[in-house]
Amino acid sequence: MNILSVLVLIPLLTLLALFAGKGQRFVRTAVTAGFGLQLVCAVAVAVVFLQQRAVSDEAMLLFADTVWYAPFNIHYTVGVDGISVVMILLSAVVAFAGVFSAWNMERDFFVWYSLLAVGVFGYFISLDLFAMFMFYEIALIPMFLLIGVWGNGRKVYAATKLTLMLMGGSAFLLTGILGIYFTSGATTMNIMEIARLGVPMSHQYWIFCLTFIGFGVLGALFPFHTWSPDGHAAAPTSVSMLHAGVLMKLGGYGCFRVAIFLMPQAAQELSWIFLILTGIGVVYGAYGAVVQTDLKYMNAYSSVSHCSLVLFAILMLNRTAMTGAVLQMLSHGLMTALFFSLIGVIYGRTHTRDIRQMGGLMRIMPFASACYVIAGFASLGLPGFSGFVAEMTVFIGSFEHADLLRRVLTVLATTSIVVTAVYILRTVGKILYGPVQNPEHLKLDDAHWYERFSAVALIACIVAIGVWPSGVQGLIYDSLAPVVEHLNLF
Amino acid sequence: MGYTVYIILVPMLMFLFLGLGSKWLRPRVAGLCGTLGMAVSTLLSYATAYRYFFVEGLQDGAYPALTAWSVQWLQFGDTLHIDMGVLLDPISVMMLVVITTVSLMVHVYSFGYMKGERGFQRYYAFLSLFSFSMLGLVVATNIFQMYIFWELVGASSYLLIGFYYTKPAAIAASKKAFIVTRFADLGFLIGILILSYYTGTFDFGLLTADDASLAVTSMAGGSFLGLSAATWAMALLFMGAAGKSAMFPLHIWLPDAMEGPTPVSALIHAATMVVAGVYLIARMFPLYYFAAPDVLTLVTYVGAFTALFAAVIAITQTDIKRVLAFSTISQIAYMMVALGVSGMGGHAGEGYTASMFHLFTHAFFKALLFLGAGAVIHAVHSNEMEAMGGLRKYLPVTHITFLVACFSIAGIPPFSGFFSKDEILSAAFGHDKFIFTVLLLVAGLTAFYMFRLYFRIFWGTERKYEVRPHEAPASMLVPLVFLALLSCAVGWLPFSRLVSSDGIPYRLGIDWAIAAGGILVSLAGIAVATRFYMRERGLAARVAAKWAGFWRAAYHRFYIDEAWQFVTKKILFRCVSTPVAWFDRHAIDGGIDALGTGTQQLSRAVRGMQSGRVQTYAAVFVWSVLVIVVCVFIF
Repeated sequence: MNILSVLVLIPLLTLLALFAGKGQRFVRTAVTAGFGLQLVCAVAVAVVFLQQRAVSDEAMLLFADTVWYAPFNIHYTVGVDGISVVMILLSAVVAFAGVFSAWNMERDFFVWYSLLAVGVFGYFISLDLFAMFMFYEIALIPMFLLIGVWGNGRKVYAATKLTLMLMGGSAFLLTGILGIYFTSGATTMNIMEIARLGVPMSHQYWIFCLTFIGFGVLGALFPFHTWSPDGHAAAPTSVSMLHAGVLMKLGGYGCFRVAIFLMPQAAQELSWIFLILTGIGVVYGAYGAVVQTDLKYMNAYSSVSHCSLVLFAILMLNRTAMTGAVLQMLSHGLMTALFFSLIGVIYGRTHTRDIRQMGGLMRIMPFASACYVIAGFASLGLPGFSGFVAEMTVFIGSFEHADLLRRVLTVLATTSIVVTAVYILRTVGKILYGPVQNPEHLKLDDAHWYERFSAVALIACIVAIGVWPSGVQGLIYDSLAPVVEHLNLF
Repeated sequence: MGYTVYIILVPMLMFLFLGLGSKWLRPRVAGLCGTLGMAVSTLLSYATAYRYFFVEGLQDGAYPALTAWSVQWLQFGDTLHIDMGVLLDPISVMMLVVITTVSLMVHVYSFGYMKGERGFQRYYAFLSLFSFSMLGLVVATNIFQMYIFWELVGASSYLLIGFYYTKPAAIAASKKAFIVTRFADLGFLIGILILSYYTGTFDFGLLTADDASLAVTSMAGGSFLGLSAATWAMALLFMGAAGKSAMFPLHIWLPDAMEGPTPVSALIHAATMVVAGVYLIARMFPLYYFAAPDVLTLVTYVGAFTALFAAVIAITQTDIKRVLAFSTISQIAYMMVALGVSGMGGHAGEGYTASMFHLFTHAFFKALLFLGAGAVIHAVHSNEMEAMGGLRKYLPVTHITFLVACFSIAGIPPFSGFFSKDEILSAAFGHDKFIFTVLLLVAGLTAFYMFRLYFRIFWGTERKYEVRPHEAPASMLVPLVFLALLSCAVGWLPFSRLVSSDGIPYRLGIDWAIAAGGILVSLAGIAVATRFYMRERGLAARVAAKWAGFWRAAYHRFYIDEAWQFVTKKILFRCVSTPVAWFDRHAIDGGIDALGTGTQQLSRAVRGMQSGRVQTYAAVFVWSVLVIVVCVFIF
C-alpha cells in the first residue's frame, strides 16, 4: 500500500479505536499513540520523498492511482511534491501538539478531531480535484461541531457563521471545479493531467476567480475573513490551533495548487485585483489587531495579516515569492498554533482573555509567559525564528517585480512588520509585565507538563527553521521548478 | 583565521546555557560563567587584532578585507544568497576589540551592581545574547547578515531595557525603543531590497569593490519621484542607521532607554549598539561616496543638527543618566558628521578615520561615565542631581575616574577624546566652515554640561544623606580604573595607520591651530561650569530664569516626544486602528451578518406558501397553468 494512504488511514483508525473505550486514560493513550504514529509517518513520508527526489525528476512522487467512480472518471489519486510534504509535516506537528493542549477533553471531541485530521491529510495528498474537494469538506464539517459543542462564548453563532461562510466558499469552488472538468476536455479530475492539457483561455477568467475566492475564504482573503475572529475566539484551544495552524493553510494551498496552477494565464492577468485585496488584508489585519482587547481576537486579526501575506506572495507568481509563501504558511502554522496553545494556558487559569484584566503574569506563570514572549518575537519576525525567513523571502521575491503597483504594494506590506511589533509588544507589556493586576491570579499555577510539551515542541520547530532554513527552503524551492516552468514565467 | 568565529559562538553558547539553565544555576555561578565566556571572546579578539594588524599585516600596501569564515545560509534564485560569515577588516577588528572590552568590563561590574537582584541569571543570559548579536553585526560579510544581527541587538536591547519588568516606566521604555528602531529598520529593509534588486548581491565586498562601481552602474537607470535609485537606497539605509544611532528625529527612544540597569546603558546605549548606525555608514561608505553623495550631505546636516540639539538639551536635564544619554546622542552625531564630510582615500578620508577614532575613544570614556554614574547611583540610590553633591569625599575612586572621563569627553589633552575630536574638527574645517562652527559650539557646550554634571555630583553643597554614601565594591571599581586608564591611553594610538577609508595607512598629525581653538572653547565651557556649579550660588538658576521659556522647552526636550506621541496615539491609534477595527466589525462583518438575516427573513416570507392546504396548492396550480398558456399564446 502507498505510504501516503497511511496518512489518511491512521487518523481513521484512531477514530474507530476511540469507540472501543471511554475512560480518559484510554482516550489519551489512543490519541497520543494515533497522532504520534501520524507524526512518525509524516516524517517517514518526508524521508522517502527525499530519497526518491534524489533519483527521480517527476513532479509528483509517491504516486498512486485507483479508480473510484468510473462513470465520471473520478480517481483516488495521490502524490506529493516538496510543498505537500512540508504541509503534511506541519499538519502532523500541529495535530500532535494539539492533542496535548486538549489533554482533558472527552472522547467525542477526539472523534471529531480525528475526522478533521482525515480530511486535512487527505486533502494535502490528493491530486484528483474531486477527491481533494471531498477531503476539504470532510475537514470543514467537524469544525462546526468542535466549536459549536466544545467552544465557549457565542459558540453556536460563531460555528454557524464559520461553517456557512466556508460552505459559501465551497459553492464557488465546486462550480469552479466543474467548470474545469467540463472545459478542459480532459474528462478527468487529475490535476497534473488537466495542467498538461490546459483550461481554455476564455474560461480561465471566471474559473480562476471562483476557485481563488473559494479557497481564499479559508485563507482569510479580505473581505471574506470575518469568520476568523469570531470562530477562533469561540473555539477551544486545540481547535484554534488546528484551525489557524493547519486549516487556514488549506486555503493557501488550494489557491496555489488549483487556482494558479490550472489557470496560469488568468492568474497572471487578474492577479492585480487579488494583489490589492491581499495587500490591503496584510495591513488591515495588522491595524485591526492593534486595538483588540481580547487575546484571541488579536491573534485572529494577526492571522488575517499573516495569511494575507501568503496569498499576496503566491500572487506574485515568481519562484522566490512563492517559496516565501509556502514558508510563511509553515511558519504561521507553527507560530499561531503556539500562540493559541499559550492563550489556552492563560485562559484556562485566569478565565479571561481580556488584556485589560491581566497583568504581571510573568511572576505568576514564568514558563508560559516566557514562551509567550518567544511566540511574540517569532510573530513579529525576529531573526532566528521561522517568521523572519518567510517574510524576508516573500519581500525579496515580491521586490523582483519592477512595476509600480507591485512595488507600492510590497512596500505597503513591509510596513506591517512595524505594526505587528506594536500590537505584540503592547500585549506582552500589558499582560506579562508590570504589576499583578488581579490579586486572585497570584494563586494560579504555571503550565502543566502536557501544555509545556506542546509549547516546547512548537518552539523547537520554529527555532529550527529559523536558524537553519536552507533545508526546508531548498525543498520548497526545488519543488517549484516544474510549477514555474508550467506557468512559463521566468 | 577561522578561530574568529568562536568570538561570536562563545557568547551564543553562553546565552543558551544560561538561558535554559537559569533555573538550576546559582546566581554567582551564572555570572561567573557569563564573565568567563566573555573573557574568552575578549582574548580571542585581542589575538585577532594583533594577528590582523601585525602578523598578517599589509597586502599590497593596504589592509585587506579577509573573509575568515563563511557559510551559505539561504539562497534566493540563482545569484542572490545570504551568507553567515566573519569579515575581518580594520573597522570590524577595531569593533571586536571595543565590544569585547566594554562588554567584559560590564560583565565584571554587574557582579557588584546587580548583586541580589531578582533574575540575576536572566540578566547575564541577556548580556551574552547582546554580545553575541553585536559581535555578529560587526563581522557581517553582507548587508543582510548585518540586518539579521541588527534586529537581534534590537531585541536584546528590548529585553535588557525591560529587565525590571514590573516597573511600568521600564516596560514603556523598552517598547518604545523597539518600535522606534523597528520603524527605522523598515527603511533599512527597503533600502536593502532596492540595493539587492539592482545589484543582485548583498555582499559587502562586491558592493564596495572598485569604488562601488557595481552599484553605480547597475543603479544608474532607476529613479523614483525624481531621485535616483541609489539615492533612495542609501537614504533609506541611513534611516535605519539614524534609528539605531538615535539621530534626530528618531532619537526619542534613547533617553527613555535609561530605565534599564545602568551597566546595560553603558554597554548598549553608550558604547556599542548605538554606534551601529555609524558603523553601517562607514561599512557602506564607498557606496555613499560614489553612488549617492547627496545622502552624505544629508548625513552631515542631520548629524550637525542632532549634535547641537542634543547638547542643548543635555544642559537642562537633572537626571544624571539622561544627561549622559543626550551627551551620547550628541557625540554619535559628531561621528556621523565626520563621515558626512569625509572624502575617499588618503588625507581626503580624514573624516572617515576621525569618525572611527571617535567611535573608539568614545566607547571607553562614555562607558566609564555610565559606570561611574552607576557607582554614584549605587551610593545615593537616586538618579536625580538634587540628591547628590559633595560626593568626592565619599567616593574617591569614582570621583577621579569620572573626572578623567569628563576631561576626555571635553577634549582636553592628553586625554583620548582630544585626539579624536581634533581630527573631526579638522576634517569639518576642510569641508565646510559652517559645520565646523557648529561642531566647535557643540564642543564648548559638551565641556559645559559635562562639568555641570561633574560639579553637581561631586562638588556643590553636600546633601544630608540618610545612609552615609559608600564607595562601590571592588568588582565595580576595577572596571572603572581599567576604563580610566584606557581613556588616558588610547588617544595616543596612531589610528590613521590602522584605519583609513581605503585601507591604506597614512600619517595624520595633530592640527595644532584647530586643536588650540577646540581646547580654548572647551576650557571656556569648563570655566563657566566651574563658576556656576562648583559652589552653589544660585547663579545658574538666575541665568536659567532669564531664559525661562527656552529653558523649559529644552528641559522638555523640545516636545519631540509629545509630537511622536501625537502621531502614534492620536493619529495611528485613534484615526486608523480604531476605525479599521470598527469597520471590520460593523461594515464587513455586518454585511455578512446581514446576508444571514436576509436569508432568514426571505425564508420566513416564503414559508407561508408551504401551508399544506391542498385547496391553495390547487388554486396556485390552476392559475399558473393559465398564465403559462396565455404567455405561450401571446409570444
